[in-house]
Amino acid sequence: MNDFIRQLADITGPEFVSSESEERYIYSMDQGTMSPAEPDAVVMPGNTEEVRRIMLCANVHKVPVVPMGGGLVLSGLTRALRGGIILDMKRMNHILQVNPKSRYAVVEGGTSEGMLQAYLKKHHPELKHSMPDAPPVATLAGNMCIHGSGHLSVLGGFHSDMLTGMEVVLPTGDIVRTGSCSVSADWFARAPLPDLSGLFLGWSGTTGVVTRLGIRLFPSYAHNDMLIFVCEDADLMPDIISRLTGTQVAEDMTPWMAPKPDWARGFLHINISYGAHSKKELTFKRNLIQASVKKYTDQKIAGFLPLPPPEKSRFLKIPSPDLVKFADIRKGGGFEYVGAIMAIEHFAKAYSAGLEIARTYNVSYSMGARIIGAGHAMMFFYAYAFNRADQEDVKRAQHALEATNAAALEIGGIPWKAELPAQKQIIGKMDLNTFNLMNKIRSMLDPNQIMNPGNWEK
Amino acid sequence: MPAIKFDPELCAGCETVDCLMKCQYIEFAGISDAKAEKSKINAGEESRVLYECLTCYACQEYCRFGNNPFYLLVELQEKKGILPAPKPIVEEQLRMMSPKGRITPQKVRSPVVDMCAFPMLTGCVRGKLFEGASVISGNDIFCNIMWLHFAKNSVIRDRIPKIMDNIISFYLKDSKIDEIVCFHDECYGAYTSTAEAFGIQVPFKPVHLFDYINRRLDEIREKIKPVNEKIAYQRPCSNRLSPETDKILDEIFTKIGADRVPRKYDRENALCCGGVPRAQQRDELADQLVEKNIRDMVSTGAKYCVFNCPFCMATLGQEVAEHGLMPVLVSDLVLIALGE
Ligand SMILES: Cc1cc2nc3c(=O)[nH]c(=O)nc-3n(C[C@H](O)[C@H](O)[C@H](O)COP(=O)(O)OP(=O)(O)OC[C@H]3O[C@@H](n4cnc5c(N)ncnc54)[C@H](O)[C@@H]3O)c2cc1C
Ligand code: SF4
Ligand code: SF4
Repeated sequence: MNDFIRQLADITGPEFVSSESEERYIYSMDQGTMSPAEPDAVVMPGNTEEVRRIMLCANVHKVPVVPMGGGLVLSGLTRALRGGIILDMKRMNHILQVNPKSRYAVVEGGTSEGMLQAYLKKHHPELKHSMPDAPPVATLAGNMCIHGSGHLSVLGGFHSDMLTGMEVVLPTGDIVRTGSCSVSADWFARAPLPDLSGLFLGWSGTTGVVTRLGIRLFPSYAHNDMLIFVCEDADLMPDIISRLTGTQVAEDMTPWMAPKPDWARGFLHINISYGAHSKKELTFKRNLIQASVKKYTDQKIAGFLPLPPPEKSRFLKIPSPDLVKFADIRKGGGFEYVGAIMAIEHFAKAYSAGLEIARTYNVSYSMGARIIGAGHAMMFFYAYAFNRADQEDVKRAQHALEATNAAALEIGGIPWKAELPAQKQIIGKMDLNTFNLMNKIRSMLDPNQIMNPGNWEK
Repeated sequence: MPAIKFDPELCAGCETVDCLMKCQYIEFAGISDAKAEKSKINAGEESRVLYECLTCYACQEYCRFGNNPFYLLVELQEKKGILPAPKPIVEEQLRMMSPKGRITPQKVRSPVVDMCAFPMLTGCVRGKLFEGASVISGNDIFCNIMWLHFAKNSVIRDRIPKIMDNIISFYLKDSKIDEIVCFHDECYGAYTSTAEAFGIQVPFKPVHLFDYINRRLDEIREKIKPVNEKIAYQRPCSNRLSPETDKILDEIFTKIGADRVPRKYDRENALCCGGVPRAQQRDELADQLVEKNIRDMVSTGAKYCVFNCPFCMATLGQEVAEHGLMPVLVSDLVLIALGE
């Protein structure tokens, strides 16, 4: 291993490689409930060529490689389960191109959400990308790789749907391109080619290292507003969501249900954000949204909260500070947030399962969802805060998580950014031929099984 | 539960039916139409007014006989289960604004300024104007009059005695004080007009903010540097419960050199800020109100838009500022005149 680490130092320079125990400790875990797993070393490549050389070297030595962006996935996907190296991509953070007319950007594989957001604000205020609510240090590649979602997901779907192409270094050291950039100088779309991007999306870093990617941009509006719709009956939610998304006006819709503050307990809220180029257009869009659920407001069984403009500013912040605040509710730095992707008609079942689990395991919870597309799916999330210093608390949260994943699968959903036990639960339900195909693809791309091993295995 | 103080004979002999004829939000074909609707309400029967009412409080002021038309209307809305706003909106706010039992005894000294449920505005109580004042605030002393907008007289009846008891036992009793200055029209209206109409005894003397400021300005007259500016005033709904205080506001404005410009939507003709119709899911109406109100303000060439209600200011402030007027509370405008 020492020899291997020396070779890494030759590739990146010694200041970007470490096998010190402090570093190995820090990189052994994330904030979630999964137990730590130490890497042998951490390396921070500076460009694609360095990634290629690292992969060649790791492949020769059969050393596991775990690609990592912000390390904020919370489900332990960037832990070195079989040792080896953590490939920390944060140095590769350059924004390479913004195409304002075709509305896409090309960035390096370690570029953070916050960097692109700040860059666009400064240089292209008329454009924005879909930010997740993760802390801004989360990377675009890490988020794409797990099919993340964010503030433009009603408009543009999953973040992986907004991907226009990639440059990927395979475990064998080959550099491949997917999407239009494999044929043309432009990174505009994945169509019309065979869609090879899928080989790297949802695989939790087990198939290759994303070194560049293209991402769709959207108009950034001068006027932005939001509404909060409230109802008391979870059974109504699918129809309400379907009506609201049917207007094709909202950028983001996030239902939320929380026991705290006290006034919110038992009510189901939907935050609906939208923007426009003029005030007139903004009002027009609001009217469309409101008209879509008139059936319920006329019956007085649900309605929009009357929020004066100063009270809305908190909800218009991107990323939203609310989940981060909840994350610290129990102190001690423990926070796990599982989502399950499912059809919106399962809303009520998902909600009652969450309530039941929180009751059974006595955990602090916050539940919610992010609607994807025009009601095409939702990412229903259950967030559990726990005190990492209190082992009992950690265990409780772990059990609650397992139960949540089981419930999600039972309902017909699929755990999102699944941690190890959840991956096994998914595989248990997966069509066998599908799983076999996954394995064939993996062994073809990664003959020595060095990419984030331990994940997506039986 | 004492009934709302109301004399049907007065209505029977009323020739103008001002309460409804002057209503800015409901159309009547004529006096006989208004009278017919009023008779239905008085008899506890269905009336379209129960559904169309914007809950602007104005009919309380329009009735020259003090016959409590608005309180009676709200009473009937509640009795018939006619909710002006969707149920979850009402329920959630009821919980949000409920007494929290977090009040603790506090030694206070005069003047005791009651900031109601707006602790974020306690910074307004400062300077020479409020020298030596104690401030009390929080949900446990929230006057609860807002439920008039939500057909919940029962909540007012239930909560007002408790919060008055809190004010006495946690603040006034041990400090041997029997007077509070109500920073908001809402509180003053609750402890005067509403308490009187609902038959609730008030164990302290409420003083309206305008009375307090007016007296105080006489004491520190030499400090006033007149602002010499035109102001447009946004009269709040709750001032309809104590219309006599509007004249005191004029005295204040005169003393500080603020020229309250005559405009269409001031005084008896004041317009709702637009906040309540949004709770009623009538946003398009709210937009219209905001638009004509601000257009009217702008046409006067006023520099400031002056509010006495924090909710009106939150609702309209941004829009007003975008149209070039500076939003400011009455007390802050007075502080400006005092050089603070
Ligand atoms: C408070 C909070 C709020 C959140 N809100 C959201 C939200 O709104 N939407 C959302 O989608 N997520 C959210 N998340 C989850 C998560 O933080 C984000 O999805 C984040 O974008 C993941 O990016 P990352 O860079 O931290 O990925 P990492 O955790 O570093 O990696 C995620 C996965 O991708 C792989 N990977 C990372 N980089 C590469 C690469 N260059 N090549 C190949 N594989 C790679 C890793 O091996 C791992 O399997 C939230 C998290 C927190 C803590
Ligand atoms: S409430 Fe007053 S104004 Fe209305 S009808 Fe009765 S007396 Fe006349
Ligand atoms: S409260 Fe206002 S809207 Fe309602 S009837 Fe009275 S004046 Fe009309």
